[in-house]
Amino acid sequence: MAAINRDDVAHLARLAHIEMSAEELDRMAGELAVIVESVKSVSEAAGDDVPATSHPIPLTNVFREDVVGHTFTSEQSLSGAPDAYEGRFKVPAILDED
Amino acid sequence: MSTDATLSFEEAMEKYDPVLGFEVHVELNTKTKMFSSAPNVFGDEPNTNVNEVDLGMPGVLPVVNKTAIESSIKIGLALNCKIAETCRFARKNYFYPDTPKNFQTSQYDEPIAYDGYLDIELSDGTVFRVEIERAHMEEDAGKLTHMGGAAGRIQGADYSLVDYNRSGVPLVEIVTKPIQGAGSRAPELAKAYVAAVREIVKNLGVSDAKMERGNVRCDANVSLRPHGRERFGIRSETKNVNSLRAVEHAVRYEIQRHAAVLDSGEPVIQETRHWHEDTRSTTSGRAKSDADDYRYFPEPDLVPIVASREWVEELRATLPEPPAERRKRLQADWGYSDLEFRDVVNAGVMDEIEETIAAGATATVARKWWMGEIVGRAKNADVDPGQLGVKPETIVELNKMVEAGKINNKMAAEVLDGVLAGEGTPAEIVEKRGLAVVSDDGPLLEAIDAALAAQPDVADKIRGGKVQAIGAIVGAVMKATRGQADAGRVRELILERLGVEG
Amino acid sequence: MTENNVLIRLSAAALARKLAAGEVTSVEVTQAYLDRIAAVDGGPRGVHAFLHVNTEEALAVAAEVDAIRAAGGAPAAELHELAGVPIAVKDLIVTIGQPTTAGSKILEGWHSPYDATVVKRLRDAKMPILGKTNLDEFAMGSSTEHSAYGPTRNPWDLDRIPGGSGGGSAAAVAAFEAPLALGTDTGGSIRQPGAVTGTVGVKPTYGSVSRYGAIAMASSLDQIGPVSRTVLDSALLHQVIGGHDPHDSTSLPDPLEDLVAAARLGNVDGMKIGIIKELHGEGYQAGVENRFNESLELLKQAGAEIVEVSCPNFKYALGAYYLIMPSEASSNLAKFDGVRYGLRVLPKDAPLTIERVMGATRAAGFGDEVKRRIILGTYALSAGYYDAYYGSAQKVRTLIQRDFEAAFAQADVLISPTAPTTAFKLGEKLNDPLAMYLNDVATIPANMAGVPGLSLPGGLADEDGLPVGIQLLAPARQDARLYRVGAVLESLLEAQWGGPLLDKAPELATSVVEPAETLETQEAK
Repeated sequence: MAAINRDDVAHLARLAHIEMSAEELDRMAGELAVIVESVKSVSEAAGDDVPATSHPIPLTNVFREDVVGHTFTSEQSLSGAPDAYEGRFKVPAILDED
Repeated sequence: MSTDATLSFEEAMEKYDPVLGFEVHVELNTKTKMFSSAPNVFGDEPNTNVNEVDLGMPGVLPVVNKTAIESSIKIGLALNCKIAETCRFARKNYFYPDTPKNFQTSQYDEPIAYDGYLDIELSDGTVFRVEIERAHMEEDAGKLTHMGGAAGRIQGADYSLVDYNRSGVPLVEIVTKPIQGAGSRAPELAKAYVAAVREIVKNLGVSDAKMERGNVRCDANVSLRPHGRERFGIRSETKNVNSLRAVEHAVRYEIQRHAAVLDSGEPVIQETRHWHEDTRSTTSGRAKSDADDYRYFPEPDLVPIVASREWVEELRATLPEPPAERRKRLQADWGYSDLEFRDVVNAGVMDEIEETIAAGATATVARKWWMGEIVGRAKNADVDPGQLGVKPETIVELNKMVEAGKINNKMAAEVLDGVLAGEGTPAEIVEKRGLAVVSDDGPLLEAIDAALAAQPDVADKIRGGKVQAIGAIVGAVMKATRGQADAGRVRELILERLGVEG
Repeated sequence: MTENNVLIRLSAAALARKLAAGEVTSVEVTQAYLDRIAAVDGGPRGVHAFLHVNTEEALAVAAEVDAIRAAGGAPAAELHELAGVPIAVKDLIVTIGQPTTAGSKILEGWHSPYDATVVKRLRDAKMPILGKTNLDEFAMGSSTEHSAYGPTRNPWDLDRIPGGSGGGSAAAVAAFEAPLALGTDTGGSIRQPGAVTGTVGVKPTYGSVSRYGAIAMASSLDQIGPVSRTVLDSALLHQVIGGHDPHDSTSLPDPLEDLVAAARLGNVDGMKIGIIKELHGEGYQAGVENRFNESLELLKQAGAEIVEVSCPNFKYALGAYYLIMPSEASSNLAKFDGVRYGLRVLPKDAPLTIERVMGATRAAGFGDEVKRRIILGTYALSAGYYDAYYGSAQKVRTLIQRDFEAAFAQADVLISPTAPTTAFKLGEKLNDPLAMYLNDVATIPANMAGVPGLSLPGGLADEDGLPVGIQLLAPARQDARLYRVGAVLESLLEAQWGGPLLDKAPELATSVVEPAETLETQEAK
């Protein structure tokens, strides 16, 4: 398994939308390298024949009937908004397009 | 906005072979959202068709809407897909302000339906099979409005406003396999394919299927390769092409643009393109980048969906008649010739004609109005005929007026323009514009008497039994009333006047 | 001891009896706890178990219960057994009318517009909510030192950690600031604080208590559970909060077992209790090991058969946990972006774009441990690494479940120390994430497999005089067994000690200021 370096951390921080200073990147790279090293045995623990478990207690087909429930008022929706305008959440310009 | 170079379509076709692919997003018309009990309603006050789940509040959990699952299975069945015995949702992780959790809950490697096909009939009757890769479930995002920049565009905007009412609306994304061999029919096939999908989901009753409202949205992938080459070229993905005509135009434009790029020796860039209806062209969106690492993983807050064969068969039994069979039945019911019916289908007014007949018109009348009057107007307005806003009731009312002799066909066309201009109901417009055929017998009788007096020999002939001579009198009366009289009534009155049985 | 000091030391079950008998009012009980909070929680050497004290509402609910009781008739008869018994709620669980911070700056000042399902159930039972307790930021930690609002202190030794992430709930109960509390347990956050503070904590079977309204760290591991001073009290609280919830898709449809009856039954005669070979011995403090062995002896004397089981794949549990947990957390915490609620921080320089606002907000709003786990999780999920990391960890989960299945084929209940050591000093492991993670080695397997676990006090370690926790584990959906065995062990141990272990805890210095004033300064912090 690959070691984790400063450039990796910088890339991951971009993906995770967390700004990091140069000093933080260095420190985080060092700490993560130790952690990643310590978890590497995991990839060798189970053979190909072992299925993955994503839910500890298996359930299937948990559904909701299509019946309308409660809704928020505009005030409730926006009650915690850092910024709002005319009933909508206001955010600075979006440069990057989806 | 820079303009890209294009080749003529004909030249592009001479040199290259197009390969298409479509991702069509269908908004389901369930009462509630995919994962929350908030209402799935279009166009209310912002941020009021939401609860904590749709806003991605801390601590919330999703619960799957059963009807959405059933609708998705129905879509899969109608697309001749296999229905997965078990499938799951995953999280697609990316940050965007219209995505309240900063991940979209979507199916990824386990779609509910896969490996289907759709037979598409082109305008000349050729049937082209489009292979369906998968149909998977996901949730819609909120709506962003960009403020301060030019005309609501994202570029140059000062700030954006977010309304999460649409957040969590159930979507089914239908993905085709690469479509090869369409050649110069590619733009036509593109339009016909999207029209067919729209028809299917509408017919199933699982979506309102209004493209102008975004109920059906199309992303069109286009790539070109030199004739005879196996390997696909690099594709572009034109996003949110939201009318049938635009699908046709966008595919045609991209073929022409790609051809020009390839001719210049440059590589095509794999990127998102944006369709602009005003210029009928696309502009560059965003190139694929490392930001596209979506870090998919199975959604741990949801459990797998197991579609038992019994459940699937139960749903299959509820499916309405498939569109192709429906077309056959409608053609027979309406008595249209093959050519007439194909014209109706190609013009995209079959549903409209059906609705008009349901509202009380005969098949002939309905076709006369849609094909004779409305399709042309739609073409002039550059919209799909169904989007012009003609209600079936309007046609029925207009036709009744014509049949009752209140107005003639020429006037009816004028009234239709009035209706489309928003001047009111047909009756109101007839009144306002003073269009009524003269039906008060008083003035008519005066004109008839004058005409009979002016042509006594003709009057005698009619009296003598030569009723066919009546045309000369009728013509004179119509002339005198400047065409406002009902010719049938005039004839009756003349015969009455002369004491002859008609 | 003052009258109030007697009152606050009663178990929840005893308080409930006194309330029902009219020997005391809920307002008196609630006020006694509020006074205790005012006396021991604030100040530079205070326990600092609470982030918010909910004085007004708690007293209002207490008064309502008292009024219903006083009026008598059907409404009084229909009151829940725990009506009027106050409770503290971990600040990871959302509540209308009080702030919910998750111990993070990014949610400072945020008020939830909805209640968690468990909070609704507390309200339905008319239990006054005393306030919100401290935790490691977003429950990420084993010491409560990662709270953005300062650490909680261990009432046994104010220079030591109270465990984590639910150090606030455990310390509140241990310091008699609340008779009951709610915690959340992702890798041991209820049980390990219980162990190091000499209290009882239960992680129920995954899905048996609704997670709706608990701010998610790792969705497939998180579980809400009770914190208390006695096994019976945990059973009583578990019975209030447990049971199916349609808002949580992973909520089990099964009806809840009668846990209270199991706790009252307390019988181990003929039961097989399995020692997990891999969860004791090397790496475990000697005093912890001694108390553990004594508990085994007591259970044997009570008629249980002690067997040894082996769970060879548990050695991978910690590693797999530190892949699954951060992966899910990195996605769960993406929603904190400064758009809809909570903190928004603008970048220091131009351009002002939402991308940069998100980056600056998350940089300023999250602490180091949270960032570390988000980056680690982003790494484990990223293209090219998924199979090796997240995928492999999910397979290890299967292996751990198989180990549990094999073990439960040989034993009705499994037993181990809850944590390898007693409470360590504040700051001791703060700069060594890996050493901190190792503290959860015995609690993590239960979360990985979804099985229930209970930690109860096992005595004090010889070398430092600090509490040791004993962990009981049962098969999924068999939470009742934990209460049944736990109650027996508790009574045998208490008989040996001559009373509850907490009686041996040092008296806390109480603040001399008037309670009301203390509360205000608390709010102002």
